[in-house]
Amino acid sequence: MSFLGKITMDAIPLHDPILVVTMIGIAIGGLVLLGLITKYKKWGILWRDWITSVDHKRLGIMYIILALIMLFRGFSDAILMRSQLALATNGSPGYLPPEHYDQIFTAHGVIMIIFMAMPFMVGLMNIILPLQIGARDVAFPFLNNLSFWLTASGAILMNISLVFGEFAKTGWVAYPPLSELTFSPGVGVDYYIWALQISGLGTLLTSVNFLVTVFKMRAPGMTLMKMPIFTWTCTWANILIAASFPILTAVLAMLTLDRYMDFHFFTNDLGGNSMMYINLFWAWGHPEVYILVLPAFGIFSEIISTFTGKRLFGYKSMIYASGAISILGFIVWLHHFFTMGSSANVNAFFGVMTMIIAVPTGVKLFNWLFTIYRGRLRITVPVLWTLGFMVTFTIGGMTGVLLAIPGADYVLHNSLFLIAHFHNTIIGGAVFGYLAGFAFWFPKAMGFKLNEKWGKVSFWCWIVGFFVAFMPLYVLGFLGMTRRLNHTNTPEWNFWLYLAAVGAIIIMFGIIAQVIQLYVSFRDREALDDKTGDPWNGHTLEWASTSPPQAYNFAVIPHVDDIDAWTDMKEKGQAYVTKESYSPIHMPKNTSAGVLMGATLTIFCFAMVWHIWWLAGAGLIGAIAVFIKRCYCNDVDYYVQPDEILETEKAFNLSGREGVKA
Amino acid sequence: MSTLSADLASTNVDAASTHDDHHDHHDTSGDTVFGFWLYLMTDCLLFASFFATYAVLFMNTAGGVSGKDIFELDFVAVETAALLLSSITFGFAMIAAQGQKKALTLIWLLVTFCLGAVFIGMEIYEFHHLIVNGHGPQHSAFLSSFFALVGLHGLHVTAGLIWMTIMMIEVARRGLGKATVTRLSCLSLFWHFLDIVWICVFTVVYLMGAM
Repeated sequence: MSFLGKITMDAIPLHDPILVVTMIGIAIGGLVLLGLITKYKKWGILWRDWITSVDHKRLGIMYIILALIMLFRGFSDAILMRSQLALATNGSPGYLPPEHYDQIFTAHGVIMIIFMAMPFMVGLMNIILPLQIGARDVAFPFLNNLSFWLTASGAILMNISLVFGEFAKTGWVAYPPLSELTFSPGVGVDYYIWALQISGLGTLLTSVNFLVTVFKMRAPGMTLMKMPIFTWTCTWANILIAASFPILTAVLAMLTLDRYMDFHFFTNDLGGNSMMYINLFWAWGHPEVYILVLPAFGIFSEIISTFTGKRLFGYKSMIYASGAISILGFIVWLHHFFTMGSSANVNAFFGVMTMIIAVPTGVKLFNWLFTIYRGRLRITVPVLWTLGFMVTFTIGGMTGVLLAIPGADYVLHNSLFLIAHFHNTIIGGAVFGYLAGFAFWFPKAMGFKLNEKWGKVSFWCWIVGFFVAFMPLYVLGFLGMTRRLNHTNTPEWNFWLYLAAVGAIIIMFGIIAQVIQLYVSFRDREALDDKTGDPWNGHTLEWASTSPPQAYNFAVIPHVDDIDAWTDMKEKGQAYVTKESYSPIHMPKNTSAGVLMGATLTIFCFAMVWHIWWLAGAGLIGAIAVFIKRCYCNDVDYYVQPDEILETEKAFNLSGREGVKA
Repeated sequence: MSTLSADLASTNVDAASTHDDHHDHHDTSGDTVFGFWLYLMTDCLLFASFFATYAVLFMNTAGGVSGKDIFELDFVAVETAALLLSSITFGFAMIAAQGQKKALTLIWLLVTFCLGAVFIGMEIYEFHHLIVNGHGPQHSAFLSSFFALVGLHGLHVTAGLIWMTIMMIEVARRGLGKATVTRLSCLSLFWHFLDIVWICVFTVVYLMGAM
């Protein structure tokens, strides 16, 4: 066995001009970034305040930065695919050869689900959930840092595959037997396996961490049925993560054994059964879509209630509806492969269960509508995203019910109708929700509001672009176009393919508008400053802290008497009250153990991909050693002193009271 | 489980360390055990996935051996006895730890370790025996799923043994402080959990396979 495993010079794809240009771009951009950090002497701040931070708010911000970077990469893939399909009509081969195109659609799916949507959701949850329940941090702050770095490791592996070797050409689900060694002998599927495995571990640890936080660390008086709705939907999502991600771990481990040690779980020969993979994959994959969308439902609920100035309609029914969706989400997985050939009764059961999910989802929509009813809805950027969601998601939900009919699914399975459906629900549901939450909670996390005008431009580009890009896909599905085609020769599809490409370009303008919005808002941050900590007249405890919050969140843990705890405090005159003295606050210290474990495990995974066994062993042992050392480190906490707290509180409460008067 | 958590609650009150004497500071040892318990539930689902796969694939012997041909129940019975006994001895270790009896705790941990090592040694022998006789995991889907399920349990027990070694060093060097007892409680949960999983493995794989 060679010292460098399977790595040779051929691993670097110098033959593909698109990839070479991308690599040069990344190299120049990276060098410029490193140069700027060095020039402005920011390495110390970056290391001390961010990379090693155990503060849930800073980790949340890092998650969202990761999500936005991966959104750019995933969206570039989308533009490549749409332009390829618009050019490769009438038998023309287009500009992307199949083996490259296959990697692009696989990477697009993996990135958007695992490295864009998940970090965005986890990031918002990190920033807001502990604040909403009146806690000073999560239950296990170091574990939270570790979870972030495991997710980042997965993302780094994804991007390494761009330069070294290749990514999977199997589609984001990596179905065997195609993903087995016989048919995918390259390293692409191995990158896929290890990137998902390591980030999945991070997600699993996050769910355990936040479940303990929610069950054990709520402010006094906050019973479960007084928790803010976003905290509730995140908790359902965390239960789903804890219950479904182990299945992903298991199925990826089995595929690993098949590929590395000649096992026969899913192979064509010696009794393997590839449908077992597909069943297990979707037993994780279907709950996964609810993991993405339930927190978004919570965000919309918070926004609608805040900007109508009313209490959320049907708070309890919202919680039970989320619970019903969570449970039903576990008994519908087979609808992803009705065509497997189960008996009609099995398909009917899964079809009916799928349709039933529309009921609790409908309950939610009516709750939002009734919250708006007779309220004074302020049309802000978060509200626009919410209204856009309500229209878009309803269409996506209805096409889902259509696909749930096994007979119809036999016609539409793996057609572009399906592609249109799930983009309709994931973009219209989850992504719109995260972007709404981004605009809503940005002032809390960063201390200044976002520019409204560019936010509105972005919203209108996104929603118009969405409909122009994806409605044609429904039509193409009915016209018989299947997914993952590299080029076409069917003239009646051409118009719709051109239109979809135009839609993608309009969405691109939406993303550009968001970048401009961030730049303009940062430039005008003095004018957009939020001194009150409560820019929207909010309802829940996150608005009771400064913007951005102190490391300890709350000088005194508030006592909660109402679902809308902060509204209640404001009405009772308990808001912005400075005490005469404060107790010292016990806080966790930063640690480099998380990032070191992330780095060593990235090395382990990379070495496993390329069969460099000595390096894999070193990486794994390194990670375990760092972990054990961290367990026996005694210097893990410190106290914030009372006089420091008193000073901060005085200044904040003064500006808070002035804000209320104004 | 309920008596265990009650014991833990009482140790939390008894052994207040210097770190936690602040009245508003959140007591974390109960959270640690709860968090670990949640993690074990996710681990349980990991095993469930491997059990489900075994249940689907165990008849796919591809013309090769089936469970009836290769399982030796007498051998596995001794293996099982070693592991079950180690659960009892870990229980004694926990009783000693809660009574702040350091030497006794170490002795019982050592006994537990030895029983666990016997279990793992016998499992390695069984795997080796199968492989040299041409029944390795690459020969059929049945053998693949058998080796993966039993091997996954074996990996867990091995991790438990490594953890136990570290805990013995910790107890010997630092005594039975609050943090150490919390860690022992987590390891104890882990060890008993692996026992329960083994009972399922023994029943589903060996007993039902040999019948």
